[in-house]
Amino acid sequence: MFSLEHITDFIQQWLYATFNPTMALILECVIVMLLVIGLFAVLGLVLVLMERKVAARMQIRLGPNRVGPKGMLQTAADTLKLMMKEGLTPDGADKFLFNLAPFIVMIAAMLIMAPIAFAKGFQIWDINIGVLYVSAVSSVSVIGILMAGWASNNKYSLLGAMRSGAQIVSYELSAGLSIISIVVLSGSLQVSDIIASQQTGWWLFRGHIPAIIAFVIFIIAVTAETNRAPFDLAEAESELTAGFHTEYSGMKFALFFLAEYINIFIVCAIGATLFLGGWMPLHIGHWEGFNQIMDYIPSSLWFLGKTFFLIFLIMWFRWTFPRLRVDQLLSLEWKYLLPISMFNLLLITLIAIMGWHF
Amino acid sequence: MAFLKQYISDVYRAVSSLLKGMKTTGSYFVRPKEIITQQYPDNRASMTIPERFRGEVVMTHDENNEHACTGCTACELACPNATIKIVTKFDTTPEGKKKKALDTFVYHLELCTMCNLCVEACPTSAIKMAQSFEHSVYDRSQLLKKLNKPGSKLRAGVE
Repeated sequence: MFSLEHITDFIQQWLYATFNPTMALILECVIVMLLVIGLFAVLGLVLVLMERKVAARMQIRLGPNRVGPKGMLQTAADTLKLMMKEGLTPDGADKFLFNLAPFIVMIAAMLIMAPIAFAKGFQIWDINIGVLYVSAVSSVSVIGILMAGWASNNKYSLLGAMRSGAQIVSYELSAGLSIISIVVLSGSLQVSDIIASQQTGWWLFRGHIPAIIAFVIFIIAVTAETNRAPFDLAEAESELTAGFHTEYSGMKFALFFLAEYINIFIVCAIGATLFLGGWMPLHIGHWEGFNQIMDYIPSSLWFLGKTFFLIFLIMWFRWTFPRLRVDQLLSLEWKYLLPISMFNLLLITLIAIMGWHF
Repeated sequence: MAFLKQYISDVYRAVSSLLKGMKTTGSYFVRPKEIITQQYPDNRASMTIPERFRGEVVMTHDENNEHACTGCTACELACPNATIKIVTKFDTTPEGKKKKALDTFVYHLELCTMCNLCVEACPTSAIKMAQSFEHSVYDRSQLLKKLNKPGSKLRAGVE
């Protein structure tokens, strides 16, 4: 059976057998770096195309259909166009910060990649505080956004960055509380442990209604954290032209654009890991035959399937809901999501202590 | 307690209205047959344009090269941006009386906003909106059109 775990094990053994340990470690790091960059490039192309196609279908349009078969190469052509464009820096901008900001956003996105388990035994770094690490590093990207907004020397950019800051700080609370509720159920912060605890069933189903509420709140909060519609006040093209990346062009703009999609992928991967069992196949009770058939599907496909399902859900939100006002945005978080998720966390703790979950 | 009830019903109504919106977009997503986009240059031969589409003003002529325009200039008066200019002449009727009639119906397509007011103002339904839309030309003088065909005359019985 196809397994990424065997491939990585084989490569590791070969490296350590051929080179001395230091050299082997360095080579491993290089391979991982290349893989992550490759994944980023592919994800950027695929997700942007997917978004445009999903948007088109939901608005009874066709979407890109000219470049390549069924428009598959549209995003590749767009990337080529962006690369050839001039990366303009405004006169009044703080040149250093202006050029640094896209990389900060990008690096923050890259860092969160570390503890995500893409398949069985296929994980860059199985750190024992994986979930904490993810929620901590995900807030670094707001620094990049604030930096971009401030350094642009443009009122729209600054307003967009400020809004983005307020939004991310607010919604991190309820996202964090939803994550904690799964940590309470599984009793571990380590990503591999959380996935292993879902061997008999995904937490979304095992945790009764409170887990479903936590899942819904998590999805809402991460939609806000990634600055996507209906929470795209940071960009708000009708009010702020393009928000914090108004002044960016060419490849620097492409990095922001890419980081947005990578962040969507990452938060959806975390959602899939916490609530939908990561790479764990769907198992139903004692249906042995069914469970064995499910085991034959490679774990990487399970992970990608779940992640892309959540990405589709977030795209569905974007093309359905109108944008919130700033006051509505904040009252949704502080008056609804936060109290509900706090109460929900209490319920889940009770369930975990009494062992009421399946 | 009343507060809590209000709060829960607020959340319930918000969620149900959001789900209703998602149902609409989701149903379009799973029914690609409803896509209304036309692959325009490709399907130029087979394309159908809705009847209500307003492409340009035309004057209908029947098989005897007769039209229904009496030259009353109601359309000219109705036009908000002077797109239409009616040039009239005097015909002599069999009884020897002089009667006002249409000489030239001048239509500036480049000024027209397709507002349909002239068609609505016409008392004899002489003009209508056509569905043609490929109007691009290299010189704007080509957009100045004479709507009545050469040699055409007023249909008998139209007052």
